[in-house]
Amino acid sequence: MTIGTGGNAGPTFVGMPAVPTPAFPEAARTAVADPVLRGNLRHATHTIRAKRAAAVAELADWAELREAGRLIKDHTLRHLDTYLVRLEESVTAAGGIVHWAADADEANRIVADLVKATGESEVVKVKSMATQEIGLNEALEAEGIHAYETDLAELIVQLGDDRPSHILVPAIHRNRGEIRDIFRTRMASWGRPAPEDLTDRPAELAEAARLHLREKFLRAKVGVSGANFMVAETGTLVVVESEGNGRMCLTLPETLISVVGIEKIVPTWRDLEVFLQTLPRSSTAERMNPYTSMWTGTTDGDGPRVFHLVLLDNGRTDTLADRVGRQALRCIRCSACLNVCPVYERAGGHAYGSVYPGPIGAILSPQLRGTASEIDASLPYASSLCGACYDVCPVAIDIPEVLVHLRERVVQGGEAVRAGGKVVLRPAKGHAAERAAMRAARLALTHPGALRAGQRLASRTRRFHPRTLPGPGRAWTATRDLPPLPPEPFRDWWQRTNGGKDGAR
Amino acid sequence: MRVALFLTCVNDTLYPDTGKQVLKLLTRLGVEVDFPAAQTCCGQAHYNTGYRHEAEPLARHFSDVFGEFDAIVTPSGSCGAMVRELYPRMGERARAEGRGGELAAALAPVVPKTYELTEFLVDVLGVTDVGAHYPHRVTYHPTCHGLRSLGLGDRPRRLLEAVGGLELLELPGAEECCGFGGTFSVKNPDVSAAMGEDKVRNAVSTGAEVLCAADNSCLMHIGGTMSRLRVGVRPVHIAEILASTERETA
Repeated sequence: MTIGTGGNAGPTFVGMPAVPTPAFPEAARTAVADPVLRGNLRHATHTIRAKRAAAVAELADWAELREAGRLIKDHTLRHLDTYLVRLEESVTAAGGIVHWAADADEANRIVADLVKATGESEVVKVKSMATQEIGLNEALEAEGIHAYETDLAELIVQLGDDRPSHILVPAIHRNRGEIRDIFRTRMASWGRPAPEDLTDRPAELAEAARLHLREKFLRAKVGVSGANFMVAETGTLVVVESEGNGRMCLTLPETLISVVGIEKIVPTWRDLEVFLQTLPRSSTAERMNPYTSMWTGTTDGDGPRVFHLVLLDNGRTDTLADRVGRQALRCIRCSACLNVCPVYERAGGHAYGSVYPGPIGAILSPQLRGTASEIDASLPYASSLCGACYDVCPVAIDIPEVLVHLRERVVQGGEAVRAGGKVVLRPAKGHAAERAAMRAARLALTHPGALRAGQRLASRTRRFHPRTLPGPGRAWTATRDLPPLPPEPFRDWWQRTNGGKDGAR
Repeated sequence: MRVALFLTCVNDTLYPDTGKQVLKLLTRLGVEVDFPAAQTCCGQAHYNTGYRHEAEPLARHFSDVFGEFDAIVTPSGSCGAMVRELYPRMGERARAEGRGGELAAALAPVVPKTYELTEFLVDVLGVTDVGAHYPHRVTYHPTCHGLRSLGLGDRPRRLLEAVGGLELLELPGAEECCGFGGTFSVKNPDVSAAMGEDKVRNAVSTGAEVLCAADNSCLMHIGGTMSRLRVGVRPVHIAEILASTERETA
């Protein structure tokens, strides 16, 4: 499905319902004007923000853990070719079957074929960003295979025919009352219905979901997952989660298919020591997440008898080629940057037009998908560059640096790698006036005389300046008054009074 | 020590009083300050909007103008961060683009001697009590680039706490961005305004008469929002507070 955005070809969102995706500022305008959404987001992000800060403050060596995480990820990415081959050998030796997918279509086809080969027509899913990214559920549905999300929040999103708006808490935009309504009206058509007298008490909502999902767990013959980490030396995959639904999906079905981005590798088992500390504290503010599932190939009489690993590229190798942008591949999907971001808090996750919202999404989507669409070209600007995201990132991704780098790519174009080959990107449309203004400003500002002439003209005509500006200036004066212009700029005062020494004020 | 005031293009044009107050404050502390008239702009708006190559001549110009001084003082956290954090990065990027180390070498001299005003007071002059008197209820907003890029820490707070007559009130959500963000304020006006309104609401909740910050760009956004919402809190640059003495406020 291609979504039209103002005449331009939009990004392909195989994994999304047919919702138009306008550029970020327009999408954010709607969210900002929605008081219920603003309230839900504010409450949720501020709660988790404070908890995370407390969980991180408990560790005296947080800065060292953060630096270690950065170094492990950078090392692995630098030698990704080596580690990928090592991982394939380890997984194969442990009885798993490895598949390579260059893009979303290839990954979806591999998974669909694997499910069909089992003769089954339904799968249960562990919460997974990679399968959301490639739109696996919709691709399977098109092949007659039903995919059931088993994470509570993903279930809410799926039942509500909605889109996820957060990496960790996909239904963060919903409050309890809305969730009760979704369960009451939608559960019956997906399986076991919700109780008639369901209230919005969290325990009752969780119980309704538990009963609804239990029949799916017990019936399913095929499980689909992603992974938080893949250990190259042993071929071990790791899923961390809170609800136990992941453990069910990873152990009960006969066949397990894991779709994992190639950047999820760590070289050795020991490297997990770092991330199993930083990930839970950064994401759910827990010292340790409730369920950590690790599996290495297959074991007779224990868990799935068949294990497939689908290694997904889908723009990652292209991103790796970018000297500045590649640091986005360090991401361990903790969501700390979303929870602390003042822009995410007001705009909500849907405005980012991707399964990866918030600051990390603003640097990941335009790299994985390119900057050709209106939404992707607008994402690098969806930030005030306040730097709160960089501060909390457990792998020290300098998100503001990458945002500015991507802005440069949008306005100037330049060399990039797409589908493995070098291309020269053209500057995006719609920046011609800005480019001219920036150039004019630069010319004036490298000539102090020109700056002074401009300042004097502005000061002398100040009585005639309107209180509200026309054109692009309206974006300022719609909500903010302009500062009054002073009678003279500082430089004129300095010259007139000999640096204030002549006593004049 | 030869000290130069880098006022910034925004202050020069819109907030000349901030320049006069910095001058008054530093003069009172015995520092002779020069204002090199050839100064213009650090290039931050260009750089952060994606026009790094347009920012380069501005950075070179900055280095030419200020290179001869021992210390460069600026009453702006974000312009200070541009020089200290982003000038070295511009040099690195030029090198990575195969243009050699010439830009990095041209910009290197000004990087370590550029100070944000409160840094200069506390770290270089070694003072926290600047002899100021300002009998008002004040709440302080730490601006993002001062807070996170320069790491100003509690320097501004220590300076404010030493001001006679001043009652410092805790700003809820102080470390959250006000929503200015340079061109962000016009490229994403709705989110920017929503952030600004929340900042103003928090300031009003403190009961302060004055919201103080160390960057007039952020104050232009917060103050413009305050003025539009008619909340009766005034935006004031920290230089104005630190320059005030008992004689004037009596």
